[in-house]
Amino acid sequence: MRIELQNFTKRFGDTTVIEDMSLSVASGEMIALLGPSGCGKSTTLFAISGIHRIDGGTLHFGDRDVTRLPPQDRPVGVVFQNYALYPHMSVADNIGFPLRVQNLKPAEIKRRVGEMAELVQIGNLLARKPQQLSGGQQQRVALARALVRKPDVLLLDEPLANLDAKLRLEMRSEIRRLQRETGITAILVTHDQIEAMSMCDRIALMKDGRIEQISTPGDMYERPASRYVAGFLGNPPISFLRAEAKGQLTIGADNALPLPHGTAARGPITLGVRPEHFGPQHRGPSIAGQVSFIEPQGREDLIDVTLPCDQRLRAIVPAGHDIALGQPVTWQVDLSRVHLFDAEGARL
Amino acid sequence: MNTKGNWMLILALSLISAPLVIMYGFQLIDSVSRPAPGGIIPQEWELTNWRFLWTSIDSARPSIWRVTFNTFVFASATALLVCAFSITAAYALSRLNFPARRFFLAGLIMLHAFPTITLIIAIFIVLQFLGLYDSLMGVILVKAALELPFGIWIMKGFYDSVPWEIEMAGVQDGASRFRVWRELILPQVKPGLSALLIFSFLAGWSEFILPLVLAPGADAQVLATYMNAVIADDTRPDYGLFKAIGMFYALPVIAVYLLFQKRLMNIYGGGTKG
Repeated sequence: MRIELQNFTKRFGDTTVIEDMSLSVASGEMIALLGPSGCGKSTTLFAISGIHRIDGGTLHFGDRDVTRLPPQDRPVGVVFQNYALYPHMSVADNIGFPLRVQNLKPAEIKRRVGEMAELVQIGNLLARKPQQLSGGQQQRVALARALVRKPDVLLLDEPLANLDAKLRLEMRSEIRRLQRETGITAILVTHDQIEAMSMCDRIALMKDGRIEQISTPGDMYERPASRYVAGFLGNPPISFLRAEAKGQLTIGADNALPLPHGTAARGPITLGVRPEHFGPQHRGPSIAGQVSFIEPQGREDLIDVTLPCDQRLRAIVPAGHDIALGQPVTWQVDLSRVHLFDAEGARL
Repeated sequence: MNTKGNWMLILALSLISAPLVIMYGFQLIDSVSRPAPGGIIPQEWELTNWRFLWTSIDSARPSIWRVTFNTFVFASATALLVCAFSITAAYALSRLNFPARRFFLAGLIMLHAFPTITLIIAIFIVLQFLGLYDSLMGVILVKAALELPFGIWIMKGFYDSVPWEIEMAGVQDGASRFRVWRELILPQVKPGLSALLIFSFLAGWSEFILPLVLAPGADAQVLATYMNAVIADDTRPDYGLFKAIGMFYALPVIAVYLLFQKRLMNIYGGGTKG
């Protein structure tokens, strides 16, 4: 089911949290609302679910205008960050609750609960109470309960935030599998860029109640629309250098790079270099500095290089090198992959 | 804690509670024995002090069973009224956004701390006007109303500790707000509800001033006023009888505390864990 949010505005009292935001999600697509806490991503999610009233704009599911529909009547399943399982009910009763509300026959409810439990692989846990389940199992119950009504839209509010690292990895692919198998349109709210990139078809990166950029994970990573986007995506994060674009790109007094193709001389800019595009293993123009930090990661090491102008670049270098702390180095930059931003942070 | 510290603590606590224990002990002993005149050592064991259970102690007095029944009706009706209003009013105060919510909350705290005895004349006039003066019904309504601020406040605390997400999930699952309250939220506050039920029952059971002032007649007499009347009337005080009646009056309270101790603790624990 296609979701079309147009000119959405949300106020809490006198403060406008989101103003004039538009977002469209294609049928069967999984999209991430990514951003730091307080950027309005959960507010947007709960406006779509119907829990928050929409103060301005419209919301369509397919061709149907659902802007004024109460949450009960919206074909939406929601998974909450703390799962919000009903503690006094068994797993089966939890999953069956949305069906009992629809007054279905007990036999029908039992059948559909069983089906759903098989789909999320908790068929053997139906008699348990939520507090007897592990975090991952609770998460599966919450997913089953959200999907059992066969909603048109699945909304996930930070579903992995309460899980430990290993389970998070498992549930990441599990949620994606469920979404693909059911073909449901899904919106995932998260502050974790890795979750957003690994689980979703597209990412809407939000900042201060606006969508900063909306694109596929690969495209957003390769062509960030702004310095903010570039800084948000990528782990370890991108390094930003203050530079001057004149005849060439000068970084401090001692380093200079040729201007990337098609860039005009324009004064002070920001140069963004991802750690995987800088290091001794690359080809291209070089930057000189001194190794100021080495962080071994096993397969590769993260190495910080401080330039003479006291700015810092980070490099990912394959393990097995003999680089020592304090050593002066001259390493190459993959100039075709660097990002340039103007003084306001917009991509050049 | 080490054993020595434990013993010290137990000793200190015993010393402090000794007077109370001795009083209760003699209440019980004296009710079934007869001490030497002026002495405290029991001389003879007998049940004559408990005669009020099977005979009328004097002609003008209603039977003890009638009075006990009144007390029971008074206490249970009060408890049920308090609970019924508390679970709904507290939910509204905890969850719903309605005009003057802050005013109601502030009023609640103020009423909770209000010395109710100062209202007694006004209440008397109101009851008189309504024709409920000197009736059990009238006292029940007054007692329940005066207990409500406490009940609502306690229940609001329990509702506040139920996560919002449970409510949102229920609404999203298609249930009406009322159904969410009844099927999803109410079960979470059950520990608070049962504690409140017991507490308001006990408050009704031990109430003295309201029945004394608002229902002085023999028909609406409760145990507290009955006991008071027996003590006040007697020209030749029979302390053994007073103690036996006192004992009889206290027994249900002791039984309730022994049975429901754990649940009563919930009110002070305040959590959702049962």
